[in-house]
Amino acid sequence: MYRSHVLVCGGTGCTSSGSQQIMEALKDEIEKKGLSQEVAVVQTGCHGLCALGPIMIIYPDATFYSMVKVEDIPEIVSEHLLKGRVVTRLLYQETVTDTGVKALIDTDFYKKQHRIALRNCGVINPEVIEEYIGTGGYQALGKVLTEMTPDEVIQVLLDSGLRGRGGAGFPTGLKWKFAKQNDADQKYVCCNADEGDPGAFMDRSVLEGDPHAVLEAMAIAGYAIGASQGYIYVRAEYPIAVQRLRIAIKQAREMELLGKDIFGTGFNFDIDLRLGAGAFVCGEETALMTSIEGNRGEPRPRPPFPAVKGLFAKPTILNNVETYANIPQIILNGPEWFASMGTEKSKGTKVFALGGKINNTGLVEIPMGTTLREVIEEIGGGIPGGKKFKAAQTGGPSGGCIPAEHFDIPIDYDNLISIGSMMGSGGLIVMDETDCMVDIAKFFLEFTVEESCGKCTPCRVGTKRMLEILTKITEGNATMEDLDKLEELCYYIKDNSLCGLGQTAPNPVLSTLRYFRDEYEAHIKEKRCPAGVCKNLLTYNIDKEKCIGCGACARQCPANAISKTDYTAPGKKLPAMAIDTTKCVKCGACMEKCKFNAIYKK
Amino acid sequence: MACKKVGVPFNGTPEQEARLKKVISDLKDTKGALMPIMQQAQDIYGYLPIEVQTMISDETGIPLEKIYGVATFYAQFALQPKGKYQISVCLGTACYVKGSGAVYERLQKELGISGGECTPDGKFSLDSCRCVGACGLAPVMMINDEVYGRLKPDDIPGILAKYE
Repeated sequence: MYRSHVLVCGGTGCTSSGSQQIMEALKDEIEKKGLSQEVAVVQTGCHGLCALGPIMIIYPDATFYSMVKVEDIPEIVSEHLLKGRVVTRLLYQETVTDTGVKALIDTDFYKKQHRIALRNCGVINPEVIEEYIGTGGYQALGKVLTEMTPDEVIQVLLDSGLRGRGGAGFPTGLKWKFAKQNDADQKYVCCNADEGDPGAFMDRSVLEGDPHAVLEAMAIAGYAIGASQGYIYVRAEYPIAVQRLRIAIKQAREMELLGKDIFGTGFNFDIDLRLGAGAFVCGEETALMTSIEGNRGEPRPRPPFPAVKGLFAKPTILNNVETYANIPQIILNGPEWFASMGTEKSKGTKVFALGGKINNTGLVEIPMGTTLREVIEEIGGGIPGGKKFKAAQTGGPSGGCIPAEHFDIPIDYDNLISIGSMMGSGGLIVMDETDCMVDIAKFFLEFTVEESCGKCTPCRVGTKRMLEILTKITEGNATMEDLDKLEELCYYIKDNSLCGLGQTAPNPVLSTLRYFRDEYEAHIKEKRCPAGVCKNLLTYNIDKEKCIGCGACARQCPANAISKTDYTAPGKKLPAMAIDTTKCVKCGACMEKCKFNAIYKK
Repeated sequence: MACKKVGVPFNGTPEQEARLKKVISDLKDTKGALMPIMQQAQDIYGYLPIEVQTMISDETGIPLEKIYGVATFYAQFALQPKGKYQISVCLGTACYVKGSGAVYERLQKELGISGGECTPDGKFSLDSCRCVGACGLAPVMMINDEVYGRLKPDDIPGILAKYE
């Protein structure tokens, strides 16, 4: 028995900020102080507050230290672990109150969250199967195999109202029902862990923090539809997730929770890992299956749907990581429990990756129906630097930008579609007044052009033409007819592309056109970028009243575009500098260098 | 993918070839084994030149044009060798809105190469990537396995100097 457990986050965010070194320093220091028998160091998955990493939580009192450095370790060990005194300066400041320390669960970031898919992330050691079993793991599989028929399992999922968390929101129970109906000598269960949506990392956190939940749910799916083999298709860019999945599969096989005759019921199920190779289109279900088969990851026309003819031409179901992570909890707690959360048509919770211009970047799990305002202002802690909110982008390259006027709309599948965006996998990027919406639309189109597989013409050629028009707009060379052409092209591509990637590729343009048309028009008619982003439309200028004439900008300028004027502002000793806009290459180096905020762009 | 180090002669060793053959014979009966084989081949050689693709084709009986098709489809497979230090700058949405574009530009300027190229001495190669999942540290870049976060363009010369 240990008297204290120190949990150190081993997710990708915290690992990147050095949590491995911290863990080693911690173990050394504990050893040095002779506490090895009393204090255990546990590596966990993601706690969600990635912005404050590396994160360390000391139990039993759940003291939450943030932005810990290796130099802080001796102090934490001698003060907190040896003498029992909390190191206040390292605490997550939100937990510090006038009267002492408040519980993490009461902070703004965690108060409104409800963790189901993430319930074990940051709580258990993902590399130890016993810890998962200790929190009720594999009980749902046991219950399904010994007490329920496959039809009953599917009915529970239908009743729960669970919808796919990967993007489109198709009812999971229905998907399973279709696959079960089709008789075949072999069926497959696949897991989509090819989280390609830039800015979304919820699936990675589940795999890193609670891999067994996914394995258990896949085995349940195998039983329900009559499959004996599963594949997890995971991004190769997620080395920690891949490593933990490998460990989890090995441990589950050793405990006979995967393999032959599971729980002595005669049910066989095994899982193999397949690594992606960096193709966004492989997140599309038919493309993913084509890729597992060892081909170029090009999508196939549907029908036939995967439930009829999927992987290796056999009936197949494919669900996303977060969808699977919900399933064992639904089996154990019942469909009514799950359906009691959320809105009428979107049940349960959804994990969002908050990123961009927001104070608390990280991972949050909220009940469906929470408003954007609650997510951004309360949980996310608002926008840094006192800047003004402009838009929230959801759904990645397939989604759209939500403006401030929809701040109070409850987030669920149908509401997001109705305002021109989509749930997608759950990336939520906040943008402020310094972000140009035309530039953002162009950014997403660049992504789609690069990732289009090239199989169908509307997507391959159409998105390229869209990008050309957007580039023209951002360079100030477009006409209003170009804007009409752009819009027309959007609808054409939406209607005629083969797969979801192409059908949704115009969404970033359509949604920004819908809410920020004035920005497009400012670029075209006035040759002006209101947010000050599009280089060609900017000029850099020096405020001659503020300039002290130090010349730091001129020394920085790569184009020799800055020179002295003959004007000296009142109270300044040297004449002010000025930029020759005909020579200026708009690199911004002068503005970065100026300590007196005398350089501005417009 | 363009690389300034074009025409680097292939110099695989017999030992590498033996390792590749073992990988292929281990995976030969696995369904859809081509991608896992190519991924491991890239681990062994560092890239997938036509010579390695030919070896895979000879051993597995899969036509070379199919292997070449797969190799050119996925961003992860490299037909040219990478630099000793592989730099990849995240241009995912979260990093982009926090200014990773400027970091990427600065790197191109400092190294004198464009994205997708490597320096003539073979030391650095530069690529952009989409989201390494460290969005909390945006903007982010990786040099081999080392992650650098909360970057400003002015940090770049100092970081590169560590690898000189």
